[in-house]
Amino acid sequence: MRYAMAVDTKKCVGCSDCVVACQTENNVPIGYCRDWVVEVMDGTYPRLEIELRSERCNHCENAPCVRCCPTGASHIVDGGIVLVKPNKCIGCGACIASCPYDARYPHPKGYVDKCTFCVHRVSQGMKPACVSVCPTKCMYFGDLDDPNSDVSMVLKKRKYKTLIPEAGTKPHLYFLI
Amino acid sequence: MNEELIISGRDNLMVDPHLHIWHWPIPLYLFLGGLAAGVLFFAALYYLMGKENEYRSAVRRVPFIAPIALVLGLAALFYDLRHKAFFWQLYTTIRLESPMSWGAWTLLVITTASFIWCALHIREYFPGWDWKYNWLKELETFFNKYKKQLAWVILIFAIITGVYTGILLSAFNARPLWNTSVLGPLFLASGLSAGAAAIVLMSKNREERLLFTKIDLIILGVELFLIVHMFMGFLASTQVQIEAAGLFLGGPYTMVFWIFVVILGIIIPGVLDLMELRGKHIPALMPGVLVLLGSLMFRFIFVFAGQVSRWLY
Repeated sequence: MRYAMAVDTKKCVGCSDCVVACQTENNVPIGYCRDWVVEVMDGTYPRLEIELRSERCNHCENAPCVRCCPTGASHIVDGGIVLVKPNKCIGCGACIASCPYDARYPHPKGYVDKCTFCVHRVSQGMKPACVSVCPTKCMYFGDLDDPNSDVSMVLKKRKYKTLIPEAGTKPHLYFLI
Repeated sequence: MNEELIISGRDNLMVDPHLHIWHWPIPLYLFLGGLAAGVLFFAALYYLMGKENEYRSAVRRVPFIAPIALVLGLAALFYDLRHKAFFWQLYTTIRLESPMSWGAWTLLVITTASFIWCALHIREYFPGWDWKYNWLKELETFFNKYKKQLAWVILIFAIITGVYTGILLSAFNARPLWNTSVLGPLFLASGLSAGAAAIVLMSKNREERLLFTKIDLIILGVELFLIVHMFMGFLASTQVQIEAAGLFLGGPYTMVFWIFVVILGIIIPGVLDLMELRGKHIPALMPGVLVLLGSLMFRFIFVFAGQVSRWLY
């Protein structure tokens, strides 16, 4: 099983609902966020192009954060989800420095925190909070190994990209373009 | 024109607007670790070469810097941890992929070995030292018997410590400035030159001072070569590394790097060393202090600049 997410940059309107849903669902401390929306503007007026991306941890297959973690607190669980065990984390910051996507942050309690793909929901057959609230339905989640999952179907149909594939991380967060 | 902004207002502490997770304790530790590695390397090397009496300071007196530097460095590291109560988790696993993991174990070995080495030479500073308890005396005889093996352990682990302080950073592929394998030998060279400088500063024997001035000069030359080599590598690499090098070649860190690290920390002490070797009398304080400060500045600048450099997407 390989969980993955695809975000449709053509449908996203940048409302940040996914961000708020995540903060509420996961009790993210105030002032922090596990997911965020990036707006990239290209060109010169009046020929402008905007790309909107809802970003989060890429749950990389070759995760630098897991490789650099000195205690094994950062680990990959079934389904390829990258998680942090708070009571193994010493808060050294190595994983934060090693993430090319800057997807991790130091939780005020001391350990490092990040997107979990809402593993507590996913393991019960539900979708991650961000996916389930999206008003434009621009996010797809599922198992890449299952050809009938939402994410496999949409990746078959549409053109997509991943972020910094040249970093060698093999990310599991796809952007439909 | 390409403009990128995060519109959800992400403002994660220590991550935005650019990474600043590591503050002064990390470069300070990297400097102290490198200095201790340099000092211990020369002590073990000249002991194993049988020059214990000729280079008395290097083998017996200067190594006392090492445990002090290591303990201060470890204290700085501990201070930097954000989940302090769980620090012992470091010593529940050995993860070879993570330089920080085997580095933690290396530090454990080298710190212990440096304390033992100093205990064996405690009478250099306190001639009438008495260990009082019998088991301590027995331990002293034991380690005196196996001093050669101890010196080998110190020699090898000093090199590992020196290299590790650089590899620690170069393992982070997310920060293009750090992500170069030259960093390992460069940090080792910088640590060794700091060690040699400390010996020149503390030694009272002219012959010993001249030898370590010579060593210092050679290592400074190697360091300069490695720095040039590093920039050549960056400039011949991908856009992200060209931009990382740009931080030092016209970017915000240009002045501090070239003035404090290269000119004041390498070239001027190198010239002073050369003048000393040519028979001009130079106060040992000058090149020694400059090398140590240059070495410290190098770590600070590198740790801070590395966190600014990033992938573009």
